[in-house]
Amino acid sequence: MSTFKRLIPVVLLRNGQVVQSKGFKRWQMLGNPSTVVSRLSNWTADELIYLDITREGTHDLRRDDLNFENRHEILDILGDVARKCFMPLTFGGGIRTPEDVRARLAGGADKVALNTAAFDTPDLLDTCAREHGAQCIVVSIDARRREGGGWEVWVDRGRRPTGRDPVSWAREAAERGAGEVLLGSIDHDGAAQGYDLPLVAEVAAAVRVPVIALGGVGEWAHLGAGLDAGASAVAAGNIFHYSENSVVHAARWLFENGYGVRRPALTSLAREGDL
Amino acid sequence: MAAPVALIDLDAGNVRSVSNALTHLGIEHRHVRSGEALEGATHLILPGVGAFAAFMEKLVDRGFDRGLKAAVFEHDAAFLGICVGLQVLADRGLEFGDTPGLGWIPGRCVRLDAAEEAGLPVPHIGWNTVRRTRPDPLFEGLDADATFYFVHSYHLAPTTPDALLATTDYGGAVTAAVGQGRVWGVQFHPEKSQHAGLRLLRNFARVGVP
Repeated sequence: MSTFKRLIPVVLLRNGQVVQSKGFKRWQMLGNPSTVVSRLSNWTADELIYLDITREGTHDLRRDDLNFENRHEILDILGDVARKCFMPLTFGGGIRTPEDVRARLAGGADKVALNTAAFDTPDLLDTCAREHGAQCIVVSIDARRREGGGWEVWVDRGRRPTGRDPVSWAREAAERGAGEVLLGSIDHDGAAQGYDLPLVAEVAAAVRVPVIALGGVGEWAHLGAGLDAGASAVAAGNIFHYSENSVVHAARWLFENGYGVRRPALTSLAREGDL
Repeated sequence: MAAPVALIDLDAGNVRSVSNALTHLGIEHRHVRSGEALEGATHLILPGVGAFAAFMEKLVDRGFDRGLKAAVFEHDAAFLGICVGLQVLADRGLEFGDTPGLGWIPGRCVRLDAAEEAGLPVPHIGWNTVRRTRPDPLFEGLDADATFYFVHSYHLAPTTPDALLATTDYGGAVTAAVGQGRVWGVQFHPEKSQHAGLRLLRNFARVGVP
């Protein structure tokens, strides 16, 4: 048999705080990253993804200083999260260079997610996959629907259109060495109406590497629909912040409906007295 | 006194994760960077990632081939290899040429050919069910269908079934755990396998402890 389908909570960080996102434009603060990881790091999620969506210094003056400062902050957060995260951890956002990738893998991340930098300099994928193996490299793609049909890749956290079709970009990225595709929909982000299923289906059919669907989950059935559309893993952010055991409920729903996920454990990290 | 649990640190990617897991379990441990520094250790953990040949070369360079042998076979230390740390227990590894391993478990480290022939992606990445072939203290308290997290393209194919402890199904039986005397190895990553993985690490740390 193959491996299990995966359920992956996504934590968005902005200026060091956990936030909810809507349409890539509006954010709501949810709190401190290390308290949130304790809540999400229970035994029923299969992996965790952290994405830093802090807007980088818009001024070119002192830009290096800003990046330097931000990098250290984010590595501190990564260290805190890694100490409590006994499952695969993907870290993304603001990663520009092979050195950034190295720092995150050394800092406790199992994989890195590359988005804008991978699009602007695709060689980064080849370089990092050669150095660390494709299993460490996730290409993160944000797609927006075009008016006339189809989709377009947008980078810089949904601020810059590229003219590129996400299906062809996903295929190229996988050929260059990305071991997974994290596929987000800008239109569906925060709308709670379900994934952009045709997008998931087209990209999943075009690549051999696993596709992780993201953006739009408002009820557990949306997760199932993402798997039905061909995703190997289903991710969500906002919905997991609403209630205490939301990841457990989501995992149980998928398991009970025969979606090929792991049997959810009944215990959580917080309650596991003997460990 | 130095902590009796020695974590062998060859700058492989997952050492920090294993250390985090041990710390979470309250298991005192020290990072050991050369074979001579193993003295006094009762439990040895060897996490490994990367290619067999390169990893084996690092082990030999830092005197771990002799150091580990002395600790396990002269001083009765318990040993746990993780991922490539399990694979190097084989006689030989066939990743990037034919390289001698530690040779503690009869067998060869070979690519997951059956999986590839079955059309499954290699590396084998993700959660999979681990089935034990016989009872062992390493798996004490764990469900018979416990799941663990795997990331690998090769596995140790033992020449005799004696040392085999557990398998996982990925286009056929893949070695998930081996055990022989005081030597254990797991192909999956217990440090990334949540409750089951932490429990396994704790089981190992308790082996031989009254």
